[in-house]
Amino acid sequence: MALKSWRELPIGGVILESGSSVDYLTGGWRAERPIIDMDRCTSCMICWIFCPEGGILVEESKVTGIDMDHCKGCGICALECPPKVIKMVQEVTALEGEQGR
Amino acid sequence: MTMTRSKGSVTDRVQGEPIALDGAKAVAQAMRQMNPDVVAAYPITPQTEIVQTFSEYVANGEVDTEFVAVESEHAAMSACIGAAAAGGRVQTATTSAGMAFMWEVLYVASSLRLPIIMAVANRALSAPLNIHCDHSDAMGARDAGWLQVYAEDVQEAYDNAFQALRIAEHPDVMLPVMHCQDGFIISHGVERLELLPDGAVKEFIGTYTPRYSLLDTEHPATFGPVDLQDHYFEHKRQQVDGMEKALAVVEEIGQEYGDLTGRYYGHLSPYRLEDAEIAIVVMGSTAGTTKIAVDKMRERGIKAGLLKLRTFRPFPADAVAEALAGVSAVAVLDRAIAFGSQGNPIFLDVCTSLYASGARPDVVNYVYGLGGRDTTASQITTVYADLLNIAETGQRGPLVRYLGLRE
Amino acid sequence: MAINLRQMCNERDQLAPGHRLCPGCAEPVVVRQILHAIEDPVVVANATGCLEVSTSIFPYTSWRVPWIHSAFENASTTAAGAESMYRSLVRQGKMADNGTKFLAFGGDGATYDIGFQFLSGVWERGHKVLYVCLNNEAYMNTGIQRSSATPLGAWTTTSPVGRVRPGKRENRKNMTAIAVAHEIPYVAQASPHLWRDLMNKVQRALAADGPSFINVLAPCPRGWRSEPGESISISKLAADTCVWPLYEVIDGVWKLNYKPRNKRPVTDWMKSQGRFSHLLKPENEELVTQIQERVDKEWEALVTKCEAN
Repeated sequence: MALKSWRELPIGGVILESGSSVDYLTGGWRAERPIIDMDRCTSCMICWIFCPEGGILVEESKVTGIDMDHCKGCGICALECPPKVIKMVQEVTALEGEQGR
Repeated sequence: MTMTRSKGSVTDRVQGEPIALDGAKAVAQAMRQMNPDVVAAYPITPQTEIVQTFSEYVANGEVDTEFVAVESEHAAMSACIGAAAAGGRVQTATTSAGMAFMWEVLYVASSLRLPIIMAVANRALSAPLNIHCDHSDAMGARDAGWLQVYAEDVQEAYDNAFQALRIAEHPDVMLPVMHCQDGFIISHGVERLELLPDGAVKEFIGTYTPRYSLLDTEHPATFGPVDLQDHYFEHKRQQVDGMEKALAVVEEIGQEYGDLTGRYYGHLSPYRLEDAEIAIVVMGSTAGTTKIAVDKMRERGIKAGLLKLRTFRPFPADAVAEALAGVSAVAVLDRAIAFGSQGNPIFLDVCTSLYASGARPDVVNYVYGLGGRDTTASQITTVYADLLNIAETGQRGPLVRYLGLRE
Repeated sequence: MAINLRQMCNERDQLAPGHRLCPGCAEPVVVRQILHAIEDPVVVANATGCLEVSTSIFPYTSWRVPWIHSAFENASTTAAGAESMYRSLVRQGKMADNGTKFLAFGGDGATYDIGFQFLSGVWERGHKVLYVCLNNEAYMNTGIQRSSATPLGAWTTTSPVGRVRPGKRENRKNMTAIAVAHEIPYVAQASPHLWRDLMNKVQRALAADGPSFINVLAPCPRGWRSEPGESISISKLAADTCVWPLYEVIDGVWKLNYKPRNKRPVTDWMKSQGRFSHLLKPENEELVTQIQERVDKEWEALVTKCEAN
């Protein structure tokens, strides 16, 4: 992406596109990846309320997955999950698994 | 020459109301007439009278302003920044230590491109403590990205207040403006002036529509983000652009104000400079004193002139160089010291302007009036005598001199 | 608005992902909870600090609400300025009263130290601003330096553990009590692990007729030398050891929001974080006793105040 010249940028350093940081992917920070056992997930939303990234994907009050583009792999969800259905796996292992498929 | 003269018809002009006021009260009166949405201010001598007079307007319901009587000048400017980012008209006033205490956030105000208006009653900086006039406070903030406009007398202080608002809010500028008057000398000197009718002020200042506002919750904007190696430089260049464009805007607004009142303003006011061989450049109330000295010199057949500087930021370099092109010796009077520098703030800018233009009069610098030290017309005639000597002998002598100092 | 997780989770976060706070940082957890608790339009002022630098790196912003950063010390006053403008414009009929709320975030350095005077001024003048202290008990953005919120005995880079000094030598300032002393209508201490309590407090704070202050414990894995995944469990430990009691003071009336069934020893809290590891050595036994005594004394005083009502 070509950076804009001073003539093209809005003055005052203001950012007009709210929430634009979604384009900045922090998933690459991850050393461990949370895996949800979707069959046993109760959608209690405890992981959702505690996720620092807002990375728990939800549709109609049901957990549908994790935003791996942004998940930093902190592991809060796995530790706090009441039915203990989220486990952390090594990112390297997970990536190898994906490639294997 | 940047001074533009009347093109408007005299009949279009409003009838002013003659009144006797000091500079502080005149500026407070101007603030009442402008009716800002928010004023946040803190008292400090000799600005206090502005704040307390304005407080009376608030207490009597003569303004719609939300007046925030903050706990410090830093808080005053901080509240102004929040209020201005929220999209309305914002003003404050300060001086001396108060401006120094604001220093960090002066930069924030200009960098966020917030058209905040600040009345300044210029005063010396500590230590030792001194409550009287010099320009050390505003000169300390000369690189803070604010426009600086100076008054010679109470009428100008009053007139500058309205023009400051129009200049600041101009879409080409969008920068804060401090309009300065010499502490005590103007702020507490009662003079006759003409007040504009309230309706004329209302019409002159019009309404303000912000480009972005914190209160526009439908279009949430992020103000004051972190700006790193890849964008900070571009944002600073934009501020330069606003400052450069202000040069034309100051004149445009000064012309419009002149058409309204008969009192025209530009960056400079030359006095008997057309055929002058020697000239003084000065800013603020001492310009009035200098006129007396000019007249005395002229009576003696000496071609002395004055260039009064009204706008210090942006510095009207081309106009200054053009105005001084024909003189052979110039004295720049500075009411502040730039310690360790080769000469003082106005001198430095005048020299740069002349050098860039190719004009090469001899230029010397006088520091005068620090801490409110009185500067008399007879002292200024000694400056002209020095200039005359330089012009005649070609011997410049010391670059920086001190006027009215006990050696 | 009742706090209902299953409903709330369908609403978009007002703090977008892609922010660059450390993994496991509790600050975005607190901010998400707070913004989900507010239905009205909200304007946020943010002091310089971790939250600010990590959520607004040009041209990216994580904020989906109007947001401003001015400086380190003046978030409270910046918010108060915006709030003053709002009141002015509404009073003059220049804009509609849409119930906009004003929120300021500052870390403990911004709140307890450099912004202390500003905050006091905002409270005295009665600005309707909710100020939230994201309290991670040190200057984390500059790399873990002690603040006046840093607890006794804690290691930081400016209260290092050396041959003659066992970490910070002073007790922390009781900022929440100082807020209460300003007699503002709403003051509370909260923690992200009791999310419902925190969100309720936000709603009560914003309903108050005047300034409000919530001091929220925000574990910092980097500065506390703790596990990123444990930030929520550690904040629960703070409440269970009574190191960080959860209470609120509404119009001067004190109320305890959480009383642990079994009050745990401070050593349990200390064991969870590397910043206290030196305290668990035999030579610091006396200091630990001193810390425990202080926690007990403060807790008992708090319980007494709350039971008096």
